[in-house]
Amino acid sequence: MIKDSSGIRKTDVINRRMFIIGAAKLIVFSGIVARLFSLQINDNKKYLTLSDKNRIREWKLPPTRGEIVDYFGNIIAGNLKVYQLHIIPEQVENFNYLLTRLKNLLQLSDREISNILKSKKKLKPWESIIVSENLSWSQFLKINNYLYDLVGVKPVMTISRNYPFSDIYTHVLGYVSQPNEKDILENEVVQQKFVPGMKIGKLGLEKTLENYLIGTNAIQRYEVNAYGKRINQLEHQKGQQGSKIRLTLDTEVQKLSAKLLLDKAGSISVMDIYTGEIIAMHSSPSYDPNSFLFGISKDEWELIRNNPLKPLINKTLSGLYSPGSTIKPIVALSALENNIIGPNFKVKCTGKTELYGQTFHCWKEKGHGFMSLKNAMKQSCDTYFYEIARLLGVDRLKITAEKFGLGEKVLGAYFKNEKKGLFPNTSWKKNNLGKGWVLGETLITGIGQGYTQTTPLQLCLMTAQIANGGYSIKPKIIVNNNPLNFNEVKKSIKEQNLLNINTKLVKNPKNLRIIQEAMFSSTNEIRGTSYRSRIDDKKYQFAGKTGTAQVKRISKRERELDLKIDQIPYNDRDHALYIAYGPYVNPRYALSIIVEHGGSGSKAAAPIAKELFKLIIDREELRDKQSNFEEINI
Amino acid sequence: MFQYNKLNSELSFFQKVKKLDFILIFCIILLSAISLLVMYSTDGGEILYHTKSHFIKLLTFFSLMMVISFFNIKLWHITSYFIYFVIILLLIWVSAYGIKVSGSQRWINLYFIVLQPSELMKIGIILCLAKYYHRLKIENVNSFTTIIISLSIIIVPIILVLSQPDLGTSILIALSGLIVLWLGGVKMKYFFISLISFLISLPFIISFLKPYQKMRILTFLDPDRDPLGAGYQIIQSKIAIGSGGITGKGFLKGTQSYLEFLPEKHTDFIFTLFSEEFGFVGSICLLLIYSIIIIRIIRIGAISRSNFAKLFCFGFAFAIFVYIVVNLSMVLGLLPIVGSPLPILSFGGSSLLATMIGFGIVLSAKINHKQMIA
Repeated sequence: MIKDSSGIRKTDVINRRMFIIGAAKLIVFSGIVARLFSLQINDNKKYLTLSDKNRIREWKLPPTRGEIVDYFGNIIAGNLKVYQLHIIPEQVENFNYLLTRLKNLLQLSDREISNILKSKKKLKPWESIIVSENLSWSQFLKINNYLYDLVGVKPVMTISRNYPFSDIYTHVLGYVSQPNEKDILENEVVQQKFVPGMKIGKLGLEKTLENYLIGTNAIQRYEVNAYGKRINQLEHQKGQQGSKIRLTLDTEVQKLSAKLLLDKAGSISVMDIYTGEIIAMHSSPSYDPNSFLFGISKDEWELIRNNPLKPLINKTLSGLYSPGSTIKPIVALSALENNIIGPNFKVKCTGKTELYGQTFHCWKEKGHGFMSLKNAMKQSCDTYFYEIARLLGVDRLKITAEKFGLGEKVLGAYFKNEKKGLFPNTSWKKNNLGKGWVLGETLITGIGQGYTQTTPLQLCLMTAQIANGGYSIKPKIIVNNNPLNFNEVKKSIKEQNLLNINTKLVKNPKNLRIIQEAMFSSTNEIRGTSYRSRIDDKKYQFAGKTGTAQVKRISKRERELDLKIDQIPYNDRDHALYIAYGPYVNPRYALSIIVEHGGSGSKAAAPIAKELFKLIIDREELRDKQSNFEEINI
Repeated sequence: MFQYNKLNSELSFFQKVKKLDFILIFCIILLSAISLLVMYSTDGGEILYHTKSHFIKLLTFFSLMMVISFFNIKLWHITSYFIYFVIILLLIWVSAYGIKVSGSQRWINLYFIVLQPSELMKIGIILCLAKYYHRLKIENVNSFTTIIISLSIIIVPIILVLSQPDLGTSILIALSGLIVLWLGGVKMKYFFISLISFLISLPFIISFLKPYQKMRILTFLDPDRDPLGAGYQIIQSKIAIGSGGITGKGFLKGTQSYLEFLPEKHTDFIFTLFSEEFGFVGSICLLLIYSIIIIRIIRIGAISRSNFAKLFCFGFAFAIFVYIVVNLSMVLGLLPIVGSPLPILSFGGSSLLATMIGFGIVLSAKINHKQMIA
């Protein structure tokens, strides 16, 4: 070994360079420690949150929908336990075998089987496939019996909407069903609470009161792994059922309405004339909302859709009808209010009136002779009303009609499908049809034909406001935290110390008194149009006005033929209308009845009122015992 | 040449044992114990494949280390070139008959072990260059031929490893080799010149990278650009480490690893799991143990009389340091993801084997630190 100078120098070089490296190492290590410090100590909170976000996942469960009850607390839209069948694919040993077993047990169709296979492809293996949403009890038992053979199948009990009175509330409540994309986007609350399998209101109050009814989701928190598989449950947060909604409707009256309109197309509305509470509101024919819960079958849907009586239309709110003679109380009132006529004003009816070469017929061909206002109302003389309408003019008539609620929505925003109707005047025609008003049109407006279009509920409100002495009321269908006691309203009207919801609609109460008397005689005096449907018992006695609305112009030939109702084709027959209020002494309820293509009001519509008044007044005592307050602000 | 006759030094067995560096051995055993605990945790708190396999490898390679340490350092000096060439041959064999896993051909099946020769090259290159510079006269260190020869020693294995392809390991081999050049006395200005020219040519080098390697660099620069794809590993790793806090989530309670959010938690990302469960305190302790190991190796180098032993010890100490730094910087999001295991802790036979051989030679240097080599 030669120890030359270069050898010693070399060792020095190595050591010196090692020292430089050592210093560099120290710096780099401190850098790493600093990084650890910043991650683990400075940003610890941030990363802890991120780590929890990673591992904790929330599962929202469908919320339980609030119940809807009638005035007496009977559930009319409730929740029912239903039995469902789920498959959890990752637990299934032999999928095809399972499917054939289920197919035999539940009689599944080929389409249902292919749907199951489709959703199997879409879902993760630990997510459950819903095989059947609504198993019958016997099917459920069958499945439970064979469960040992059906590995991976899970019978599940869940809650579904249920309408115990099937079709009698359909047009009020609507129904719930699976939401489509648009339904979800439209409503932010639904967007927030949506979970697959949840049903939302599609129509009627179920839709408009969605945000009250929906409730809050129950939430389950699970720890999941990187692939989203649940490892264990951490927490269960209970959901809250949606608000209970109590309606002002009476199921018994509703049922009777449905019965009276059975196999007919038409509508019945009943209202409290002081509080505006709607006691019944039925549109016939109806359909069973329960059919929509799990998806309606195509055949059933076609049947409903193609029914000539049009069950899908809510006739009470969106059916537009010429009011016919039911407008006459308003025409007469308007003439009196505007001092066009006095109570003793008389017109001679010869059966027809000529105007500028046009003939206007009274319904009674031979004419009524000299008619006073009371008699004209009682016998519904058209000639009399042609004359006073001519004297009054359509513009002044419209003002009165609008005061009583025609041409305006009755329930406002509660029903998306409610129509406004139309009451014409000269400027309306000019603006909308571009033509000047013709006097002849005033005449036919005076008997409720022509351009005028009203909904049955508007006619009911109009009648109620005539009955209560000419004070506006605000119709309501939901019992809320703003109760109106009918006695208080009545008292405030009597003492002229009006509550802020009521306004006075007439200048001279005497004028309205005349109209009321005329309506009384129309029902309770001989030769009155609805005399045959009267009730003599003072307790039930009511006053009304018939109406027969033409759906097409009657030709001269038809007038001469004077056909019986069954000789006219269904769609050409007149609509039968009737408005009434009762009891006559101390009135409390108003109603409107429409029977589409029912013929004359006195024959087809007025007898229905007789049945209704009996029931409504019998139930009054029971109804008054119920509280009219609910802790809800709608 | 007479020294070569006595490869086994005149020391008796007990004298050798007495001369062992017990602090170093203790640290290695401590790290092994920690690595077993961590493996047990990655297996989900059960003794499964990883724990068992790692235990057997630790036991075998630790014994191997002890055997190596009892041979005279001269033996390793003599066989250095031979070992280097054997590993080169293995690398060539790999490129011809290697086992292909997900696109890279890095392994050969030796039936009792699946070997990754590139890992062994990390030690081989230090041995080879240490011997080369041991002999070299200081005047010749910066001569043109010397530099060409030493660079060739580095470049040949790198080309072989890059073709596998394995960027991470080739960088580590290059760094291990270059450090010996540095220690050997190659002029600093050469290092600076090459560093600058490397930086200038970096864009061209990048254009030669495979798409997945470019993606890794882009991901490193901004992990959030593709949080579920390329950036997933680094984001999840940072979340795991960051959520560990000061004292960690507790042994077997690391949710990130337990719920399988951590990728490659057995191998390259083992520190992530450790840090999540044992926190800042645990991580600092781990770094401390590594520091002690490095310092002990440097100390052995410092007391060694032969330049070969010095160069090897210093080189190996630096290599260990680089492995740790590259691995930790990667999991901490300071460097792009390049496959590089953490010494002793990471699961993987070849890396553990190379590390243990290195420790064995260092211990041998310690026992024979007074040995002069011509």
